[in-house]
Amino acid sequence: MGEIISGLLLGSAFGFVLERAGFGNPNKLTGQFRLSDWSVFKVMFTAIVFSAVGLMILELLGFLSADELFVPPAFLGAAALGGALVGAGFAIGGYCPGTSVVGLMSGRIDAAIFLIGLLLGTVLFAGLYPTIEALTTLGEYSLADALPDALHVSSLSINIGMVVAAIGVFILGSWMEKKSSGPVTSQSD
Amino acid sequence: MSVKREIITPEPYWNPLLAGILLGVVLLSTFVITGHGLGATGFTTRLTAWIGMYLAPISTSANDYLGGMVEEGNPLNAWISWQVIGVALGAFISAFLAHRIAFKMDGGKFLGGSKRPITALLGGILAGFGARIAAGCTSGLGLSGAAVLSLAGFTFLGTFFAVGLLVSRFMKEEK
Repeated sequence: MGEIISGLLLGSAFGFVLERAGFGNPNKLTGQFRLSDWSVFKVMFTAIVFSAVGLMILELLGFLSADELFVPPAFLGAAALGGALVGAGFAIGGYCPGTSVVGLMSGRIDAAIFLIGLLLGTVLFAGLYPTIEALTTLGEYSLADALPDALHVSSLSINIGMVVAAIGVFILGSWMEKKSSGPVTSQSD
Repeated sequence: MSVKREIITPEPYWNPLLAGILLGVVLLSTFVITGHGLGATGFTTRLTAWIGMYLAPISTSANDYLGGMVEEGNPLNAWISWQVIGVALGAFISAFLAHRIAFKMDGGKFLGGSKRPITALLGGILAGFGARIAAGCTSGLGLSGAAVLSLAGFTFLGTFFAVGLLVSRFMKEEK
């Protein structure tokens, strides 16, 4: 029961914020790749930095321990290949999996078609799984799963670096938005 | 007598810094409460297994990838299913309150024009297939994986944006 409530509440908040950011709109989402709308980078970087710094502080205060957190295993080849395909799918289809749900709920038929495609892609993968299973564990980096361990530096240093990078993204992004057609608004077609 | 019609214009989107901070609050809360981040394709994979149970029960059970999920009973019985149902509800409430619900085929201007259904389907297939290779999507591996500073998360985001930028060059804009 607790699991149902936490899933529904956290998911609702996630969906609400994505919609408010304009991430149900494929024109806005793909504007990032045309470099005319940097909302995707700005929102993602801010959220990543906020969470990473927040997790670090909560660990320091003893509210949670790092080994309670799920860190995805370092199958870096699989992550790279999968990222490339999801990126291509985003650029062609206009959504990523999560944002297609947001697009659908704001009435977009193309988002419904994208979701059907997601299921078909999963069927295709499952059908080919016996032959391509090795792709899912491709390029394992066995020495570390996380950046601080891999580089032998503290989380604090990584987080400071990410804050600086995020500020850079905002400056560069806002400059490039001014030079181009600019961010897609809720009122543009 | 003419009836005065009020045209309700959609509210503007949130400023990206505000949206990013609030998304960070949601993501951080998810880690604190569940120990893992947010996702999406964990659900669509389970949904595929669930549909397969009805349409093709024998081949779904026999499938090396989906079979395990069917064996446990209802493949949709997982936290991620509730989370994605939540995403749909939250998105609907937000879009409704901001007057942003409109039935339309969107995205054609930049993504194929009249061939928009084809680009949407093809994009979905690529993303669905790719997310299974990486065991995660932009939310599950990119966003949540980077928040715990994982190498896999950063690697995913790197190729995601590089290939997205590149492929985007080949999409023609309709004037």
